[in-house]
Amino acid sequence: MRFDYLEPHTIKEAVSLLSTYNGQAKVIAGGTDLMNLIRTKMIKPEYIVDIGHIAGLDYVKYGDKGALSIGALTTIRAIEMSAQLKERHPVVSQAAGQLGSMAIRNVGTIGGNLCNAAPCAETAPSLIGLGAALKIVGPAGERTVTLEDFFTGPGQTVLQRGELVVEIQVPSQPPHTRGVYLKHSVRGTEDLAIVGVAAIATLEGERCRNVKIVLGAVAPIPMRARNAEGKLEGKEIDDALIENAAQAASDESQPITDVRASADYRKEMVKVFTRQAIRGVVPTPMHRAFCGTG
Amino acid sequence: MKQLITLRVNGIDEELYVEPWWTLSRVLREELDLIGTKEGCGSGDCGSCTVLIDGKAVMSCLYLAMKARGKNIMTIEGLNGENGALHPLQETFIEHFAVQCGYCVPGMIMTAKAMLDENPKPTEEEVRTGLSGNLCRCTGYVKIVEAVLSSAEKQGN
Ligand SMILES: Cc1cc2nc3c(=O)[nH]c(=O)nc-3n(C[C@H](O)[C@H](O)[C@H](O)COP(=O)(O)OP(=O)(O)OC[C@H]3O[C@@H](n4cnc5c(N)ncnc54)[C@H](O)[C@@H]3O)c2cc1C
Ligand code: FES
Ligand code: FES
Repeated sequence: MRFDYLEPHTIKEAVSLLSTYNGQAKVIAGGTDLMNLIRTKMIKPEYIVDIGHIAGLDYVKYGDKGALSIGALTTIRAIEMSAQLKERHPVVSQAAGQLGSMAIRNVGTIGGNLCNAAPCAETAPSLIGLGAALKIVGPAGERTVTLEDFFTGPGQTVLQRGELVVEIQVPSQPPHTRGVYLKHSVRGTEDLAIVGVAAIATLEGERCRNVKIVLGAVAPIPMRARNAEGKLEGKEIDDALIENAAQAASDESQPITDVRASADYRKEMVKVFTRQAIRGVVPTPMHRAFCGTG
Repeated sequence: MKQLITLRVNGIDEELYVEPWWTLSRVLREELDLIGTKEGCGSGDCGSCTVLIDGKAVMSCLYLAMKARGKNIMTIEGLNGENGALHPLQETFIEHFAVQCGYCVPGMIMTAKAMLDENPKPTEEEVRTGLSGNLCRCTGYVKIVEAVLSSAEKQGN
C-alpha cells in the first residue's frame, strides 16, 4: 500500500484534484471498501482524495413537500439511527441497519455504498424502489441521474472522471406507501447478502399501486424485478398472486455461483424472500381477517 | 513521504511522522507502542482492532491515521475506572471468565463500551447484535455476553 493523500475542503477543490490526477486518483469517503481494495491490490491508486474534510455533506433532511435528501457523506449508522427516517422512510433506515457491524456502519457512508457499486450494496434496493436520484458534481458542472440508471456493472457506475456524488434525493411518497427490505446472509448483518429484496407499494384501499420489487446480489447490478411488479400492480393481493410474483422474481433474477451461494440456491431464495417481503408490505385477505385492516 | 501529524490518543497529544497509507492500528501498535489494540484480519471482519473515535467504535485496521487527526482516539490502554481502578467492563470480563487467549478482548471491551454508552440497559439480544462484528475463537461468546450484561447492571447502580 503506497499513495499520496490529498485533502480538499470543498467540492470544487475535490473535482479539480480528481481531474488533475486523471485516473490515478481515487476518492475515499469512509474507506471501508476502498482500503480493502487497496490492501488486496485490486487497485493501486497513486493519490487518495479524502472527501471526508468537505463540510456540509453529512445530513438527512426533508423539504416542505416531503422530499428527502441525504448528504453523500452521511454515515450508514446515522441513517440507521435517524429518527426522521425511521418515521418517514423506515425502509431506508431498516436497510442501513443491516449493513455490516456497528463499527463498519459508524465509518461507511451512503455515498460510498452506492459508488462502490457492489451488486449486493445494502442501501441500493430500497432507494431504487423509492425512485431515488443522485446529484453528481463534476468538471462539467452538475447533473442528476436516477439510481436505477446509475449502476452499469459490478463496481461500475456512470460516474465519469472527476465526478463526485454529493447527494441522494428521494421524492416524496404517496400516503400509505410501505416498504420492507430483507437481507439473506449466513452471518446476519456481518456478512454480505446472498440475496437482498426490497418491496415497496402504495396501498389504495385493498389495491396496491406503484409496486416496486428490487433485488440485490442476484444480478450484475441491483435490479428491478419488473415481471414480479407487473403481477401485483393495481391488484388486490392474495396468496396466489404473491406466489406468482415470487416465482416471476426468481425467474428474472440472474445470479451467479460464488463463495457465498450457488446460482440455483440464490434463485430459490429470491422466491422465498420476495414472498416474505411482499407479505411484509401488503396485508392479504387472510391477514386482514385475523388482524383487522392491517 | 512521511508527514508530521498530531493524534490525540487517550487524552494525550502525540506528535509523530506517518506515511499517508498507514492505518490507525499500525500507528497505534508500531509507532505509539499501544499494543493492546490487536490486528486480526486487517479487513474489517473480526473487530479485534476496534478503538473509539470520538466515542464511536471504529475498526482501526481500515482507518487511515491521517483521518484520525483532530479526533479523540481511545484505546484499551485509556480505559479505566475511578481512581485508576479497572473499568467495570474489565472487572466483569475477569469475574465471568470471559477471557481465554485474550486476543479478541480489547476489541470486545471497546465495542461494549461504545454500545453501553449509547444504550446503558441493553437486552441480551442487543448485546449479541452489538458485538456481532467482534469474533472470538475461544469462549463461545456466552461468558462475554454475560460479562457485558453484568457490567451494564453494575454501572446502572
Ligand atoms: C467487514 C465489512 C462488512 C461489510 N458489510 C457490508 C454489508 O453487509 N453490506 C454492504 O452493502 N456493504 C458492506 N460493506 C461494504 C462497505 O462498508 C459499504 O459499502 C460502505 O457503505 C462504503 O462506504 P465508505 O464511505 O466506507 O466507502 P469508501 O470505501 O470510502 O468508497 C467506496 C467507493 O466509492 C467511491 N466513493 C465514495 N464516496 C464517493 C462519492 N461521494 N462520490 C464518488 N465516489 C465515491 C470510492 O472512490 C470507492 O471506489 C462491508 C465492509 C466491510 C469491511
Ligand atoms: S483487524 Fe480490524 S477488523 Fe479484524
Ligand atoms: S478469548 Fe481467544 S479469541 Fe476471544
